[in-house]
Amino acid sequence: MSMELTDKPVITQKDRYVKTQETDHSKTLFGFWAYLMTDCVLFASLFAVFAVLRNNTNGGPGGSELFDLPFVLTETIILLISSFVCGMVLLAAQRRARNYVLAALAIVFLLGLAFIALELTEFTHLVHEGNSWRRSGFLSAFFTLVGTHGLHITVGLLWIMVMMAQIMRKGLIDPVLRRLSLFAMFWHFLDVVWIFIFSLVYLLGSMQ
Amino acid sequence: MFGRLTLDAFKHDFIVMGGVATMILGLLGLIALITYLKRWRWLWKEWITTVDPKKIGVMYIIVALVMLLRGGADALMMRTQQALSSGASHGFLNSDHFQQVFTAHGSMMIFFVAMGLMFGIINIVIPLQIGARDVAFPFLNATSFWLFVSGVVLMNASLIIGEFAATGWLAYPPLSELAYSPGVGVDYWIWSLQIAGVGSLLSGVNFFTTILKMRRKGMTLMKMPLFSWSVLNAMILVIFAFPILTATLALLALDRTMGTHFFTSDGGGNAMMYVNLIWAWGHPEVYILILPAFGIFSEVVATFSRKRLFGYTSMVVALGAITLLSFSVWLHHFFTMGAGADVNAFFGITTMIISIPTGVKVFNWLFTMYKGRIVLKTPMLWFLGFVVTFTIGGVAGVLLSVPPADFQLHNSLFLVAHFHTMIIGGVVFGYFAGITYWFPKIFGFKLNERIGKYAFWCWLVGFCVAFIPLYALGLMGATRRLDHYDASLGWQWLFIVAAVGVVIIMLGIALQILQFIVSFFERKWNRDLTGDPWNARTLEWATRSPVPHYNFAELTPVTSRDAFWEAKQQGIDLHKPAKFTDIQMPKNTPMGFIIAMLTLIAGFSVVWHIWWLVIVAFVAIVTTIIIRLSDDNTEYILPAKDVEKFESGQIA
Repeated sequence: MSMELTDKPVITQKDRYVKTQETDHSKTLFGFWAYLMTDCVLFASLFAVFAVLRNNTNGGPGGSELFDLPFVLTETIILLISSFVCGMVLLAAQRRARNYVLAALAIVFLLGLAFIALELTEFTHLVHEGNSWRRSGFLSAFFTLVGTHGLHITVGLLWIMVMMAQIMRKGLIDPVLRRLSLFAMFWHFLDVVWIFIFSLVYLLGSMQ
Repeated sequence: MFGRLTLDAFKHDFIVMGGVATMILGLLGLIALITYLKRWRWLWKEWITTVDPKKIGVMYIIVALVMLLRGGADALMMRTQQALSSGASHGFLNSDHFQQVFTAHGSMMIFFVAMGLMFGIINIVIPLQIGARDVAFPFLNATSFWLFVSGVVLMNASLIIGEFAATGWLAYPPLSELAYSPGVGVDYWIWSLQIAGVGSLLSGVNFFTTILKMRRKGMTLMKMPLFSWSVLNAMILVIFAFPILTATLALLALDRTMGTHFFTSDGGGNAMMYVNLIWAWGHPEVYILILPAFGIFSEVVATFSRKRLFGYTSMVVALGAITLLSFSVWLHHFFTMGAGADVNAFFGITTMIISIPTGVKVFNWLFTMYKGRIVLKTPMLWFLGFVVTFTIGGVAGVLLSVPPADFQLHNSLFLVAHFHTMIIGGVVFGYFAGITYWFPKIFGFKLNERIGKYAFWCWLVGFCVAFIPLYALGLMGATRRLDHYDASLGWQWLFIVAAVGVVIIMLGIALQILQFIVSFFERKWNRDLTGDPWNARTLEWATRSPVPHYNFAELTPVTSRDAFWEAKQQGIDLHKPAKFTDIQMPKNTPMGFIIAMLTLIAGFSVVWHIWWLVIVAFVAIVTTIIIRLSDDNTEYILPAKDVEKFESGQIA
C-alpha cells in the first residue's frame, strides 16, 4: 500500500467534504453487509433446526404430503422477478431518473406483496387442515423458518413504502441513494435465502 | 386488560421483600439526589441523549458495577445458604428461591456485568486507540447501550413483579418449557436476554465496522495495537455467535407462547438441540469476554514493562486461532449427552488444541516482562494475579476436556470452580486492570493507588479462599446448585471457608467503591496534566486527558506500531496540534433511548401476555425507527476556531 505520510496533509475544504461523504457511504454499506451476515447466521441456525426436526413429524404429515411444488415455484419466480426489478431500481437511481425509480419500486412492492399473499394462503391452508405449527416439531420448524423469511419480506415492503415517500419528498439526494443501495442489498439477500428455502425445505422435502 | 398480571405478582416472602425494598429505596434515593442537585436537565442533555462513545462507555461501566453488587449479593446468599444448610439445618432460603438466586446470579454476571464492562471499555478505548474521532454508527451505538439497560431493568423488574426463572442461567429445556415452568420467570429470562442480546449484536456490527473502516491513516492492520486486534476478533465472534442466541431464545419463546415443539419432550421436539444451540453461542461467548481482557493485558504489560510487546505477530495469529477454534469446542459442555466416543474425542481434542494459542499468549506476556523495567502499578498487579489464576483455571479446563474425567466432574463444583477461575481470574481481573489503566484518560485524574492495591489483594485472596475449596468439594462429589446436603458428607467446613472467601471479595468490592470516592475527592492531587500518565505506547494517549468529545484535534498519520511511543522517542509532541480544522460530529439524539424504552415496555408486556400493549409498543418502535432513519440532518460541524478554544482550555 502506497501512502504518503506527510505530517500535515493539505486538504482543501471542498476535497474534505467530498471525502467524508464518500467514506461515510462505504462505511454504511460495509456495516450493512456485516449486519446481513448476522442475519445469515440467524437463518443458518433456523435451517439447522429444520434439518434436525424435519423427520420429527409426530405421526403427522411430512413434507411430501404437504408441499405443492408448482405453487411454491410461482412464489419463487415472483420473488426472482422482484429482485431483477430491484436491480433496475438501482440502475435508474444512478441515472437520477426519479419516476423510473418510483415505478420500479412500486413493481417490487407489488411483487413482494403478491409473494406474501401467496405465502399466507399456503399457511392458512395448512392451518385449516389441522397442520399448524402445534402439530409437530417438523411443522414448528417449517413455519418458523419460512415465516421468518416472510417477516423479513414484510419489513422490506415497509422499507419500500418509506423509500418511495422519501423519494417523492426529497428527491434522489445522496442519503436517499444510500438507503436505496442498502434496501437493494437486503432484498437480494432475502432472495438468496429463499433459494435455500426452496431447495432445502420444499424440493428436498417433496422428495422424501 | 393486564394479561397474566395480577396483584399476586407483587406478593413476596420476607427475604425477597428485603431485596425489593433495597432496590426501590436505592432508586428513590437516586431520584431525590438528582432532584436535589438539580441535575435532570444535565442528565438528559449530557448523558441520556449522548452519542459520544466515551460517555456511553462510562454508563456501561456504571450499570455493570451496580449489577456486580446485585450479582455479588446473590453469590453471598448462595454461599451463606450452603454454609448453613447441612444436616438438620435447612438454611434461610427455600429451594425455589435458591434456584431463582443462582439463575439470576449467572445471568446477571455474564450478560450485564461481564458484557457491560467489556462494551464499556471497548466504547471508551477503541475509537481513541485506532485514532478515530467516533464509532462508525454513533446513533446505533447509543441504541445498543439503551437496549442493554432495558435488559437490565427487565431482569431486575422480575424481583419486584412476579418471579425469575428457577432453571439455571441457560434455562435448559424441558425444565424451561411451559409444562415444567408455567410462571413468568423463564419469560423474564428470555426477554431480558433477548433485548440485551440484540443490543450486543448491533454493537458487534458497529465496532467491527469501526475497526475495519475508521483507523487512522497509516495504521495498517499489522500496526494496530493488540487491544484493537483482540476486540476485532471478539466482534467477529459476536457477529457469528449472537444470532444463534437470538434464534434460540426466539424458539424457546415460541415454544412457551405459540405452542410449537422445538424443545418440548412431546410433539417431536428435541431438547438436546437447545443445549447444542445455546452452547454454539455460549462457548464463543466465553471468548468474546476473554479476548478483550487478553488485549488489555497486552497493553498493560507492554506499558508497565517499558518494552515493546514480545511476539506481536504470534499474538495476532493466536487471537485468530482462538477465534476460529472457539466455534469447534461447544460440545465439551455436555460430553455426557451420549454422542459417542468419536464425537467426544473430537471435541476433547479441539478443546485441548485451543489451550495452545492461549499458552502462546501467556508466554508472550511473560517474555515481554523479561528484562523489562517493570513498574508495579495496580493494573500490573491485576495482570500478575491473572497469570496465576488463569493458568490454574486453564489447567483445570484441560483436565475437564478429557471426556472420561469430565463424566466424573460434569456439573460438579469442580466445574463451577473452573469457570469462575477463568471468568474472575481472567475476564474480571482484566477489565479491572483496564478500568484502572484508562480511567485518567476519561476523567483526567488517576485512581488512588494504595486503595487500588488493597482492593486487588482482597480480590485475589478472596478468590482463592472462595474457589479452591470448590475444586476440593467437586472432587469429593459435591454437585453444583445444591441448597442442602447431608451432614455426614463432611463438606460443611469447606463451604464455610468458601463463604468467608466471598466476604473477602465483597470487601474488595467495597474498597473499589471507596477508591472511586476517595480518588474523586483528592482529584486535585492526582490530575493527569500530561495526557500520558503511564508513559504509554498507543494512540489513545496522544490526546489530552480528559479527552475532548472530538477525541483528536488533528489526525496525524501513523507510521509505526507503537505510534505514540515512537513519536515520543523522536521528540514529536502529538499533544500539540499544528493546525486546526473543522470537525464533523454527530448530533445528540434521544431516539436511541426512546426506542429502547419502548422495547422495554414491549418486553414487559410479552412476559405478562398484555398483547394490546405489545402491539402499541411495537408500532411505536417501528415509527420511531422510521422517523430517525429518515433524518438527513444528524451531524454538525465543529468550527476550527472552537476546536482551538477547546484545545487551549478556553472552553471545557
